[in-house]
Amino acid sequence: MKKKFISVLLLSMLFIFSLVMGSSASGTLVFGNSGDAARLDPADVTDGESISRMDNIFEGLVEYKEGSTEIQPCLATSWETSADGKEITFHLRKGVKFHDGTDFNADAVVFSFARQYDPNHPYHQYGEWSYWGYMFSDIEKVEKIDDYTVKIVLSNVNASIMTSLAMFTVNIVSPANAEKYKEDAFKYPCGTGPFKFVEWVKDDHITLEANENYWRGRPKLDKLIFKVIPDPSARLLALEVGEIHGMEYPNPADFERIKANPDLVLMSEPGMNIGYMAMNTGYGYKDVNKNGIKDPDEPLEKTPGYLEPLTKKEVRQAINMAIDKEAIVRDIYRGTASVAKNGMPPFMLGYNDEIEDYPYDPARAKELLAKAGYPDGFEVTLHVMPVSRPYMFDPPKIGEAIQSYLGAVGIKVKFYQVDWGTYLQETEAGLHQMCLLGWTGDNGDPDNFMNVLYGLNTCSIGTAGNYAFYTNEENQELLTKALRTYDVNQRAEYYKKAQELIHEDAGWVFLAHANQSAVFRSNVKGFVLHPTSRMFFYPTWLE
Amino acid sequence: MKWYIIKRLLMLIPVLLGVSILSFSLIHLAPGDPAITIAGEHASIQTINAIREKYGLDKPITTQYWIWLKQVLKGDLGRSIVSNESVTKEIADRFPNTFELTMFSMFFAIIIGCIAGIISASRQYSILDYSFMGLALFGVSMPVFWLGIMLMMIFGVFLKWLPISGRISMMISFQQITGFYLLDSLLTGNFEAFISSLRHLILPSIALATIPMATIARITRSSMLEVLRQDFIRTERAKGLSERMVIYKHAVRNAMIPVVTVIGLNFGLLLSGAILTETVFSWPGIGRYIVNAVNMRDYPAVQGCILFFAFMFVIVNLITDIVYVYIDPRIHYG
Repeated sequence: MKKKFISVLLLSMLFIFSLVMGSSASGTLVFGNSGDAARLDPADVTDGESISRMDNIFEGLVEYKEGSTEIQPCLATSWETSADGKEITFHLRKGVKFHDGTDFNADAVVFSFARQYDPNHPYHQYGEWSYWGYMFSDIEKVEKIDDYTVKIVLSNVNASIMTSLAMFTVNIVSPANAEKYKEDAFKYPCGTGPFKFVEWVKDDHITLEANENYWRGRPKLDKLIFKVIPDPSARLLALEVGEIHGMEYPNPADFERIKANPDLVLMSEPGMNIGYMAMNTGYGYKDVNKNGIKDPDEPLEKTPGYLEPLTKKEVRQAINMAIDKEAIVRDIYRGTASVAKNGMPPFMLGYNDEIEDYPYDPARAKELLAKAGYPDGFEVTLHVMPVSRPYMFDPPKIGEAIQSYLGAVGIKVKFYQVDWGTYLQETEAGLHQMCLLGWTGDNGDPDNFMNVLYGLNTCSIGTAGNYAFYTNEENQELLTKALRTYDVNQRAEYYKKAQELIHEDAGWVFLAHANQSAVFRSNVKGFVLHPTSRMFFYPTWLE
Repeated sequence: MKWYIIKRLLMLIPVLLGVSILSFSLIHLAPGDPAITIAGEHASIQTINAIREKYGLDKPITTQYWIWLKQVLKGDLGRSIVSNESVTKEIADRFPNTFELTMFSMFFAIIIGCIAGIISASRQYSILDYSFMGLALFGVSMPVFWLGIMLMMIFGVFLKWLPISGRISMMISFQQITGFYLLDSLLTGNFEAFISSLRHLILPSIALATIPMATIARITRSSMLEVLRQDFIRTERAKGLSERMVIYKHAVRNAMIPVVTVIGLNFGLLLSGAILTETVFSWPGIGRYIVNAVNMRDYPAVQGCILFFAFMFVIVNLITDIVYVYIDPRIHYG
């Protein structure tokens, strides 16, 4: 009896083993993600996993150009700005339908915005709308002019709002779908994009299919599946055997193996980030008026981390020359980053490529130190991040490298480490003398780097974003002017000039822009990495 | 027997209450804030405060517990802070996957573990005994993570016999009824889906089965050895019963009590999700879910899962105790 059972078992196992892999439908692309989406409402998420799915379902009034953070028309065909710069009128694309068959029109635009900013809107209760307060608070209201015209009214002139409008947060959702599913609408996403939502099996996969009526023409892929494979080694194995066609976040240790495999293509592009070491130049202000701006009645005062030598420009320039950034990028980032010379990524509007980076020159550094009155160096404490962030994988190792480089020119660096929450609190309060930190951009606008990280207004002790407490007023003026004009060329000029000042005064050692990477099978064509790390599969096809 | 079961079920109440208080305090004591997690790194303090208020996170911890308890008593585990989905639904979506994986692993573990243990005991100090026990030691000490990757390399990459990730082939779509893939594919008559989900089960089940398999083999062996030295075995041999009869009919049944205990414990453990196996094999189970929930400080999700695990564990133990009665008629519950 038992023998019979076992032989039946063995036979059935053999049978299963003999079956080949499930047939692969052509035109179906499976992409391996490291985690599942949280929610599928574009206005109600901040995590990259949710966004990568929705980028293929939803669209906004404007969108990024392929591979760049410049914007181009999408659901709006054109727009004009009022003379005072506070009203932007958008003309909407006609004949576009949502996946549920309803019309895209001004009502849908107003709905998608108003549910976020109007607490009395019937759908406001169904989300947290986290990004609204942070990126879109300058939008006072959105009004319908006629069925295909809407007007966005701003409380302040804000040139970065146009780039922000390409963010997922303000993608247009179908009001009929929201009405149908109410608080569960985030499980049944419905937009105007190239792919339609089919199913979501939690922690396993999300399936999308081609939108046959897409206004730009049907996508080349029939189906797009996002499959969750949390472990990077398992993800690569799945890619190697062809269970998936592409994957995100490959392990840098596997890069050589990937490059050696003719079936795989490793894509790597500079990411929208900056990793740096900030030197506390000594002075900040208390934002008693709570407006995020340094008003005349808010005088500059010493920061708690004030250290005499760091207030001198020569010393900061010397530190810039004492650190071998090339070596740090090569050995610690293991080549998965590019050396930074400015405080924002090179592909952004207004990036100043004419600036010449401080060379690695310990001898010059010593000279400068002597000139500043510190021939024998001095002692300084470095705040070292306890966690790895996308812009800095291994802060303790980078800290050690900096320690030894500065040691070589006579500057003795003491390590200081504390948990991440406290770290942010202490650096925002200016308790540090030097600290490692960085930034990942939100919308692709230079303002989102320059004003947030380097302006005088963000030198507020307690809520600082400018961790060098670089209080140059001329610089802040340039940054403010750049935000108050819609003329793209004019903006670029302001930012270029500001970068010159920042470079000269040397409050930071800009270390690296970490790359973003993805791996695809070689038969996947047309996919382009986007600087914002968003994933647009419309141009992609399988060969 | 009936009263015994009722008594045991009533004991669930203090157990679940204790477990929930303990887990509630632990997760709230841990640093981290779910409001910051959902709001994202760059969110304003106003947004974070609004989220805290919405989910009642601004209230004192005792008040939060009380609100949660009242809600649970009404049969509602609440909504996940991260996914905004009902926790009951989240568990119901994933538990069938963990259950199928557990059943399969335990099936492998019990069959192979028991057989190896019995053979080892009946041929003590033979080469077979040494090799089984050596393998068992290997099985207990092997990291599941490494074993999983090795199985994937051998059977998925080199031999290409089996799929290496997920619950079912992405190319197959079928209708879910109960959430149990094997059952649903049979119910809907979808043979292709049945085979695919079966094939996806094999590697993770083997990886997951190694540790319980090894434990079961060792316990079976030592328990068998003890029984084989007892007087009634000598009597049976003296009566002239065949060695097979002695071992399989009389010794095995007497040796089963500790083995069933170990099986029960392992079963309970596996049902609360095999985090490493589920991660390596991209298995959408409950183990991965609770780890994510803990990382995101998704309080309602963590609480709901722990309560559910405690419940399952108590039930599995109760079933184990009932099984004793059938194995050993001398056991009575008053």
